[in-house]
Amino acid sequence: MSRLNINKTYKLYIGGKFPRTESSRYYPITNTKGDLIANMCLASRKDFRNAVVIARKVQESWVSTSALNKGQILYRIAEMLEGRKEQFIEELILQGVQKKAAQIEVSTSIDRLVYYAGWSDKYQQFFSSVNPVNSAHFNFTNLEPTGVVSIIAPENQGLLGLISVIAPAIVGGNTVIVLASQNISLSAISFSEVLNSSDVPGGVVNILTGKREELISHFASHMDVNAIIYCGTDQKDLKTVSELASNNVKRTIFYKKNDWLNSSNESPYFIEKTQEAKTTWHPVKI
Amino acid sequence: MIKDSSKVPTYDTLGVIERVNRFSKRSIKNSSKIAGLKLALSMIDLTTLEGNDTKGKVEQLCYKAMHPHDALQGLPTVAAICVYPSMVSIAKNALQGSKINVASVATAFPSGQSDLKIKLADTKFAVDQGADEIDMVISRGKFLSGDYQYVYDEIIAVKEACGKAHLKVILETGELETLDNVRKASEIAIQAGADFIKTSTGKIQPAATLPVTYVMLDTIKDHYIKTGKMIGMKPAGGISNSKTAFQYLIMLNEVLGEKWMNSKYFRFGASSLANDILMQLVKFETGFYQSANYFSKD
Repeated sequence: MSRLNINKTYKLYIGGKFPRTESSRYYPITNTKGDLIANMCLASRKDFRNAVVIARKVQESWVSTSALNKGQILYRIAEMLEGRKEQFIEELILQGVQKKAAQIEVSTSIDRLVYYAGWSDKYQQFFSSVNPVNSAHFNFTNLEPTGVVSIIAPENQGLLGLISVIAPAIVGGNTVIVLASQNISLSAISFSEVLNSSDVPGGVVNILTGKREELISHFASHMDVNAIIYCGTDQKDLKTVSELASNNVKRTIFYKKNDWLNSSNESPYFIEKTQEAKTTWHPVKI
Repeated sequence: MIKDSSKVPTYDTLGVIERVNRFSKRSIKNSSKIAGLKLALSMIDLTTLEGNDTKGKVEQLCYKAMHPHDALQGLPTVAAICVYPSMVSIAKNALQGSKINVASVATAFPSGQSDLKIKLADTKFAVDQGADEIDMVISRGKFLSGDYQYVYDEIIAVKEACGKAHLKVILETGELETLDNVRKASEIAIQAGADFIKTSTGKIQPAATLPVTYVMLDTIKDHYIKTGKMIGMKPAGGISNSKTAFQYLIMLNEVLGEKWMNSKYFRFGASSLANDILMQLVKFETGFYQSANYFSKD
């Protein structure tokens, strides 16, 4: 007897839950031949607003999670992704990526997570310093996360690009709201299922699918967002982000690269982008 | 003497829930939203009822009551400050020259588990200190064991002790179990002379909910139809954002009508609601979603 396939409903990922968009809108994504693959949630500014509220709430507890624990959680994401490798490869192929490229993208994604998992309890030593000063002070500098970070993820490499920007931000104690690649959004939502089963506290990573032109101004202007990462080269977007981010002196980080594959795309300096240096002057006896 | 409690109307809980759910599905145009936000702000009883309240904290709260957010032009002040009796004179002093009332909880708040003499002394103390409004609690234990007469007499005695001060009667609906009890308690309070009926102390969960507020509004409506006398309503506890406040205002308008849409007859007992309203108003002004970091906490 034949049976009907049960197709997955792709929804948003906010606060560890999978809600539909409050706007009830959707947009279709198609493969290279123009056939419909799936209908994705077309997230609205209110979905973004809700995500920021939750990201703000959990940021405090996420930053106080021990470095060891954060590293373990990132490693756990990699483990889960490894277990569902085939599904992710298939999904990438479905969205128009060549088989060979899809295989490389998924395995690089897993490796990248492991890479940042390793940095979890090390980047602090790498960037912190004890500074010589000409007074009776013990002067030292260490890093603190910027806070809530909004991310416009890379448009191509929907999985690897996404992971390459999320991982360094969260390993440093930030919480993020990400707008996934518009056309390769299946992988982003499947990845949120991986996050959800990897001990990542709900709200640390929030993933929205939708249109850049609708959401970018809100990603850049929200007063409770402390930094924005923009991946892309559109001059108009870059201007919008720069202008609106200035309202609350949001940190802006622009990645104009197209290819996230090679190893130049992983380094502790990606973590440092969403960190603030704090210098303490501690009085000491002469 | 209270009237026969068996004649008090009863409620179908599911029916009430269905009815109030509809209040949360209205779409409101932006211009009405701004007017509604300002109205809600003017109805707030800005509250601090903590063991660690200090003179400084109460004075800070009073300043907030008078100057919700100076960066925004044309904002109303809140309706009142709600504090413990020991803080009344401090609040009264800090609010000099403004039209903001000082409300004080009394009668062994929040449990009400004390002797009537002490409750009356508590009330008198608050009034002597200058309280314009008294928020009393009913004896829920007596009410639940069926001693309605006791509850009724107690409210009458406290009302007398209040003198000129307005009396709000807190039913603490979170402990009354059923909507029928809420109705019964509302009737007792109104008959005994309450100027306002209030849902909760804020110390018990659940605090104010739409269904219990609906039943209380319904009681007020029946009383108004019968006697022509308008009783005020104050939901308190758990109303922390503008969206929820709107649901209450919509319900108020649809059950009691426009006459009640002012701070003389409707109050929100809240602390964090004020800042959420301010954030929404600034959002309308600037177009940007706001952060709590840019608003004073108290």
